Amino acid sequence: MTAAIELKGLRKRFGPTEIIRGVDLEIHNGERHAIIGPNGAGKSTLFHLISGRYGLSGGSVSLHGEDISNLPPYEIYRKGLSRSFQVTNIFPNMSVFENVRCGLMWVKDYKYSFWHLVDRERELNQRTAEVIEEIGLTSRQHIPAGVLTYAEQRALEIGISAAGGADVIMLDEPTAGMSHSETDQAIALIRKITDGKTLVMVEHDMGVVFDVADRISVLVYGEIIATDTPENIRNNKAVQEAYLGAEAEE
Amino acid sequence: MSEITKTSAATVSTPALKRYGPWIGFLIVLLILPYIFSSNVGVYTMNLMGIFIIFALSYNMLLGQGGMLSFGHAVYFGLGGFMSVHFMNYLEDGSFVFPMWLLPIFGGAIGLVFAIIIGSFSTRRAGTVFAMISLGVGELMAASSLIFVAFFGGEEGVSGDRTMGPPLFGVNFGQDVQVYYLIAAWVFVTVMLMYLFSRTPAGRLANAVRDNAERAEFIGYSQRKVRFVSFCASGFFAGIAGGLFAINFEIVTEENLNALTSGVVLLMAYIGGVGFFIGPIVGAVLFTLLQSILSNYTDIWQLYVGVMFVLTVMFVPQGLTGIMMMHTPAWRMKRVGGLVVPYIRMGVPALAMLAGIAGFLEMIHHVRGSPADETMMSLMGIEFSTHSIMPWVTVAVLALVGGYLVRNQAPQLKEAWETANNPDAGGKEA
Repeated sequence: MTAAIELKGLRKRFGPTEIIRGVDLEIHNGERHAIIGPNGAGKSTLFHLISGRYGLSGGSVSLHGEDISNLPPYEIYRKGLSRSFQVTNIFPNMSVFENVRCGLMWVKDYKYSFWHLVDRERELNQRTAEVIEEIGLTSRQHIPAGVLTYAEQRALEIGISAAGGADVIMLDEPTAGMSHSETDQAIALIRKITDGKTLVMVEHDMGVVFDVADRISVLVYGEIIATDTPENIRNNKAVQEAYLGAEAEE
Repeated sequence: MSEITKTSAATVSTPALKRYGPWIGFLIVLLILPYIFSSNVGVYTMNLMGIFIIFALSYNMLLGQGGMLSFGHAVYFGLGGFMSVHFMNYLEDGSFVFPMWLLPIFGGAIGLVFAIIIGSFSTRRAGTVFAMISLGVGELMAASSLIFVAFFGGEEGVSGDRTMGPPLFGVNFGQDVQVYYLIAAWVFVTVMLMYLFSRTPAGRLANAVRDNAERAEFIGYSQRKVRFVSFCASGFFAGIAGGLFAINFEIVTEENLNALTSGVVLLMAYIGGVGFFIGPIVGAVLFTLLQSILSNYTDIWQLYVGVMFVLTVMFVPQGLTGIMMMHTPAWRMKRVGGLVVPYIRMGVPALAMLAGIAGFLEMIHHVRGSPADETMMSLMGIEFSTHSIMPWVTVAVLALVGGYLVRNQAPQLKEAWETANNPDAGGKEA
């Protein structure tokens, strides 16, 4: 079976600084994979490289065995990889309903159509309503997304990312800045929405990571120093030194 | 920026009356207007209004709907006009036969063709880059119009005769009111088409790209193609407006595609409110009124329009429609009545202040602009000498006292506004 995502010798340089310094990683189909690491390790950059936001300086990215290196984001999305952002990234002046509906438009094959009227497309609207129900925003669906609370915006962000039914979903710190109960809700939502799919997430909350992930990769200064099950990562000497140890000192 | 139709749009089953009511109302208004304003000036103004409504709405497909600030939208309007006037002449020569009322289609077609050509590179980026390219292309076209004389007719432009087409039910468009109905029909159809465009996937995605171009790429859409589709549609409708201009005035000149006209359409859309579908309609109506009525009374009407534009940008970026829509919550709670008195108490001194300032400007203009021995001027039917002291004192008092009272009333208006919009406060009274 080919890996959902395969990174080979991935590098990213910004001027003289190399942020990602040769990452090799294989993420299996259907697994929940967490990427952890200290601040500035390059976790978000790695996400941007995989999802096409940044061009690569070296190496390659494959999705289900197909090379997607340096494709524009929308091409990568069309091949079945969808992502969320660390900083909430939604369409603030459009209603929640519109936000989710836009996330469904491409996969429902509307492309750049100017001959369909979106309000008449029963199936599209029905599916939109279902997604909104899943993320728990039904009562808020007609208000502009920009005025939602932070936690609601995060839920919407996940909803937009997952709406299209991509089979690889990447979430960048989905629970950042959330309270305890909000985090629990977000985790339940993530589990529900990524059921049967491949999930890659960057997360700072270790409770969430060890709870959700099947495997964990530890990224330190642009290199992956370990990829293993949560149990083994916890007991890994190098990881403790480089990451968990450093955090304990703070 | 939200759309007026947002609430009704999201639900699939809206009552038929709510959905079609505004359109039927719009149609009725278009049909009866010439009976109300039957004078020549009235019809002339309404014709211009109709043309500008289409033009401003097409512009808003870029600015309000798609987040593209264009300084060269008159290119498509002007080209549409030139193309149409040429076809009008072919019709006259008999080298071509088709009904005159279809003429704007040719304007739309050339608008579309040029939008495809120019949009193919200008929509690559939004923001400053797009704005600069649009400005450059606008200048390029304005310059070419004096070089390619065969098509653009040089400085005197190209003129035609709209009455030479085959008559339709005995109508040959000899009278302005016949042209009015032609324009009204086109306005109705194109406004509806542009509205429907905003409800298609391409139109929705234009909003998404406007809001957050990067995110749109991560839901499968190339921001460039989304912009391109809007840009082409916008060019098409601007071309139609240009075609109607050609029919109405029977002459098209370089002025119709230069930066001035591009500025006017930006002004209209912005004053009306770019965040609302009907905003540019309001803007076009208001601008045309100012242009044709205010210009009868004063030479410096453009100054007032300019000041109004600056004030809009600074204080009410959501435009006039935005101001009207701000009252929706109070209206829903049936509390607009409570605002009438504060508005009057604010409005009277505000008007006095504006009258004072305008009077001052007019007098300065008169002193500067008229021959030295001509000291008498007339303002709103009042004759007075600009060299006596009283008129100057009067306008100063008007402006200062008005201004003082406006400041004085402001807190009370704010309070009234808050009461009217606070869901809890009114409950006790009601």
